[in-house]
Amino acid sequence: MKRFRTQLRTELQLVSRNGEQLLLTLGIPVLLLVFFSLVDVLPTGTDDPIDFLAPGVLALAVMSTAMVSLGIGTGFERSYHVLKRLGATPLGRGRLIAAKIASVAVVEVVQFAILIPVAYALGWSPSATNWPAATGAVLLGTMAFAGIGLTFAGRLRGEINLAALNGLYLVLLLLGGMVIPFTKLPGALRALAHGLPSGALADLLREALGGNGTQPATSWVVLAVWATITPLLAAALFRWD
Amino acid sequence: MAAVEVSELTVRYGDLQAVRDVSFTAAAGEITAVLGPNGAGKTSTIEVCEGFRRATAGSVRVLGLDPATQQRLLSERMGVMLQEGGVYPSARVLDTVRHYCALYSKGADAAALVEQVGLTARAHATWRRLSGGEQQRVSLALAMAARPEVAFLDEPTSGVDVNGRDTIRGIVRGMADSGCAVVLATHELDEAERLADRVIIFDQGVVIADGTLTELRRGHDEIRFRSSPDLDTIALATAIGMVASRVGHDEYVIDAPPHPRLMAQLTAWLAEEGHPLTDLRAGAQRLEDVFRRLTADNDAERDRQ
Repeated sequence: MKRFRTQLRTELQLVSRNGEQLLLTLGIPVLLLVFFSLVDVLPTGTDDPIDFLAPGVLALAVMSTAMVSLGIGTGFERSYHVLKRLGATPLGRGRLIAAKIASVAVVEVVQFAILIPVAYALGWSPSATNWPAATGAVLLGTMAFAGIGLTFAGRLRGEINLAALNGLYLVLLLLGGMVIPFTKLPGALRALAHGLPSGALADLLREALGGNGTQPATSWVVLAVWATITPLLAAALFRWD
Repeated sequence: MAAVEVSELTVRYGDLQAVRDVSFTAAAGEITAVLGPNGAGKTSTIEVCEGFRRATAGSVRVLGLDPATQQRLLSERMGVMLQEGGVYPSARVLDTVRHYCALYSKGADAAALVEQVGLTARAHATWRRLSGGEQQRVSLALAMAARPEVAFLDEPTSGVDVNGRDTIRGIVRGMADSGCAVVLATHELDEAERLADRVIIFDQGVVIADGTLTELRRGHDEIRFRSSPDLDTIALATAIGMVASRVGHDEYVIDAPPHPRLMAQLTAWLAEEGHPLTDLRAGAQRLEDVFRRLTADNDAERDRQ
């Protein structure tokens, strides 16, 4: 347990000192939430944009932390031989992975602790709140996005991994129903968007925190499939050095 | 019992045989230098000893443990210094050393280690802001975090300035003096010559020499000097009765023990012919020359086969 705590402390220390990661995990979600709820330019289809944006931005926060932040950080650690060096200590791969997962969970808790009060302050008033369902969706989303991030991190060089994950982040953000409703996407793209983990997570959070999901039953299946396949893919493809 | 025992080790990558039937030992309290050109097989061998790589054939025991199956146990007692760093770029020196010390059951005191490697003044600097030499010292501190009984150090003085090298050499010698078996992989023959108690030379996947510096140099005395670039080596050989070879622009070698009569003949001939004597060294061959001779012999042997 001491080694796990030591590694977790280091992981959190590094996240807290990394300006780019803080911008990605906290700065951008808060900025999007505040800006687009005050400036009504998005075709959200709701009376108050915050009702559409709040669940979508929570999904974005999960994607930022579990996929981009974890993936980029781990990719650079592999490139800098940090993982190899840790492999020569008694830490072990199991504790290293557990510490990374715990670090993602801690950051997500901090994100939610900031984003939810900000959303309420901006006038968010969900008609129904099913927190257990929201928690389940966040857990599945975290697994799916972490699997994607670690699959990239385990195969690509640091800089290529950085570019690829940032590019994917943008695509999943735009097509994931997080800030742009599925109904505003062209037909073919709409079908694709519902099949993406970002789309499924945003839809489930919207259903759990407001009852405004478009196809929650399908989204549970989609997210569960992503949450199963991507960690297995990461485990199969990951190179430690 | 030796701290490191490598017996008939073979490492293969597909069709490429990187290491072939290699055997050697490294003892506690000694510095064993593993030398060899790039691709000689030394890194593969050491990675098997560290538990990073599996042997294709043969056996390796480190502190009596099999690194392939008992790496977790071994890692508690082993120090590793990678050539490539292995540190988070945004991590601070003291935090990094503290992190590693806490990963071991009997980890060293982090602040004392930072002081030992001479980085107390840089304790709060991040890795990316350190010079190459300072980064090497952090890596060395990490290798000492376990209070190791065996340490594998890869190029510990690479990129380090002269004063920094002295510090690192002192620390490495201190590790060996306290009973640790230090295995030092290096390209720098001068480093091995200054530090090693024992030298193992790899070439093309095999060990071509294994012994103390004295043993490797035995029977290979020479006289090495610098003079005019246009020295008539045939005339010199006639005058002194020994073959003199040009080995550089103005550098010459006579393969013979430095007998006073021979030295007198050489300096007298140079004086008579009006040639300068800008440098003169006599005695045992440098490790660099031993290395060149042995690798050349190995090449010739392979050509014959």
